[in-house]
Amino acid sequence: MASLDRVKVLVLGDSGVGKSSLVHLLCQNQVLGNPFWTVGCSVDVRVHDYKEGTPEEKTYYIELWDVGGSVGSASSVKSTRAVFYNSINGIILVHDLTNKKSSQNLYRWSLEALNRDLVLTGVLVTNGDYDREQFADNQIPLLVIGTKLDQIHETKRQEVLTRTSFIAEDFNAEEINLDCTNTRYLAAGSSNAVKLSRFFDKVIEKRYFIRDNNQIPGFPDRKRFGGGTLKSLHYD
Amino acid sequence: MSFLIDSSIMITSQILFFGFGWLFFMRQLFKDYEVRQYVVQVIFSVTFAFSCTMFELIIFEILGVLNSSSRYFHWKMNLCVILLILVFLVPFYIGYFIVSNIRLLHKQRLLFSCLLWLTFMYFFWKLGDPFPILSPKHGILSIEQLISRVGVIGVTLMALLSGFGAVNCPYTYMSYFLRNVTDTDILALERRLLQTIDMIISKKKRMAMTRRTMFQKGEVHNKPSGFWGMIKSVTASAPGSENLTLIQQEVDALEELSRQLFLETVDLYASKERIEYSKTFKGKYFNFLGYFFSIYCVWKIFMATINIVFDRVGKTDPVTRGIEITVNYLGIQFDVKFWSQHISFILVGIIIVTSIRGLLITLTKFFYAISSSKSSNVIVLLLAQIMGMYFVSSVLLIRMSMPLEYRTIITEVLGELQFNFYHRWFDVIFLVSALSSILFLYLAHKQAPEKHMTP
Repeated sequence: MASLDRVKVLVLGDSGVGKSSLVHLLCQNQVLGNPFWTVGCSVDVRVHDYKEGTPEEKTYYIELWDVGGSVGSASSVKSTRAVFYNSINGIILVHDLTNKKSSQNLYRWSLEALNRDLVLTGVLVTNGDYDREQFADNQIPLLVIGTKLDQIHETKRQEVLTRTSFIAEDFNAEEINLDCTNTRYLAAGSSNAVKLSRFFDKVIEKRYFIRDNNQIPGFPDRKRFGGGTLKSLHYD
Repeated sequence: MSFLIDSSIMITSQILFFGFGWLFFMRQLFKDYEVRQYVVQVIFSVTFAFSCTMFELIIFEILGVLNSSSRYFHWKMNLCVILLILVFLVPFYIGYFIVSNIRLLHKQRLLFSCLLWLTFMYFFWKLGDPFPILSPKHGILSIEQLISRVGVIGVTLMALLSGFGAVNCPYTYMSYFLRNVTDTDILALERRLLQTIDMIISKKKRMAMTRRTMFQKGEVHNKPSGFWGMIKSVTASAPGSENLTLIQQEVDALEELSRQLFLETVDLYASKERIEYSKTFKGKYFNFLGYFFSIYCVWKIFMATINIVFDRVGKTDPVTRGIEITVNYLGIQFDVKFWSQHISFILVGIIIVTSIRGLLITLTKFFYAISSSKSSNVIVLLLAQIMGMYFVSSVLLIRMSMPLEYRTIITEVLGELQFNFYHRWFDVIFLVSALSSILFLYLAHKQAPEKHMTP
């Protein structure tokens, strides 16, 4: 049973936003009873049906790597964390809807993880400031999740949701807002569950199916377009 | 008229200190959190402002700025306000925020926070009993009662911090203690960490698959809930769920291992950075300083022991002693009064500035290490309490470093406290703290290389 293919998805965010609760909810469909600080990295596995309901349905393991800590950690902690950022296929960015600073820190989190990976594939990297162009080029699918939705009062909900939709736009990503202590937000068939499914499908596609089209990430664009046009000529 | 001018000067400086405390709170302490309860920020800044005003008054005392009667008035007023804050306001709010975090007691927050405050007052009062700090002729609610207890707590804190600091400072500065860390060590440890995580992943894959097949077959894996649930699970448990609990235990052990490996890797990276830093110019400078500080630390420990063993408390302050030595033994004549004023100003100023800076840095580090988004309010208030007590007892102890003519105002304002007791208590706690830090650092240093030598 361990012979299924796998993809690796990072779960990043400030400490205390609810990453461990979220991962527990995603993998075990249960609410985490006693959340505790994550030291280092805690991993959980979700079994996902790619293209569910179609004849091409295939099951994959999705490894969710929940990396603990804060953006302002000592550089020794950051160097150690960098070892977890190898060959990632997707990133879930988690922020706390009741804490604006955690949303702002998402930019720094994503740069920390992407810088590591982009260096490996040979793409130039800016000096750490937020740059929208960088996210436009980014090949790794992102998903933005806002937690603690139940703690936002009804009246403030609209303005909070507008703010978070701007953040999701900046990352060129989908967004989900939920409360990790309640399973109904990810109930089967709800719009959140559909978005989640689509995200995981995209991650799997980028990892396993783009390769079949001769599009290896990191190669210069010229070669990629060359491969694409050849193929379209072939099917003509 | 001059009283009005003096008061306005004092008030402006207080507002300046308040602003500084506010900025420090926003920029440093609460960098990663959103301030939702502004009360906390106000209390912290107010405590900081009034503590700094006390130091300012000492400086004014030495320099002879402002009218002496208005200085006395402001001393008294400042002291009353600070005591009110430290004994009534801050503990009450600490209790209030602790109670707000507990969901059960949410409805009767005020009642429970009052109860907590009364408990605090009881223990606070009891604190004064074992110490010979007061002459019995004082009433119950006098300032001396409160100050004496605040002083005991503050002096203990100061001595603990300075004992640890005196030992830790040369340890961190000197490169003699740096362990040799190579890149291969770090790579080997990282490999082990990733291998452990891979093992965790494969076990979790099995668990996830088992859960999925059980779910598809219609057996739902319920965690045993309640008393009867547990009894039932002993006799009738599906083989799938038994497997799961076994694997879960293995996973727990592996996760503990991965945490330890992670922390060790962080340690190695930190050591490597320190080694690289020590090769730079700044690093060499600090290394040199470290040797100085180690001599100073040994001297202080020695003096503390002598003070305790021979039961003596220094009668003269370093400034007057230094001047005596230069005049009597070295034969240099100069205007004693003029120089003693300026030298004591510089000396006291340096002591004040370094202790404020040192305390703020330590508080910030402490705050980052232990706070989370739920407890940040409580922790900041605790830190404000510690800061206030620390500064009040600094004033108590600084009296010893000032020449006689400047000491009188502190003695007058603080009332008849047994100052000698506080110095003795400081020496005792300093000695205890320094010796235990040496022991602790020795053990930690010894233990670390052994861990990395095992393959």
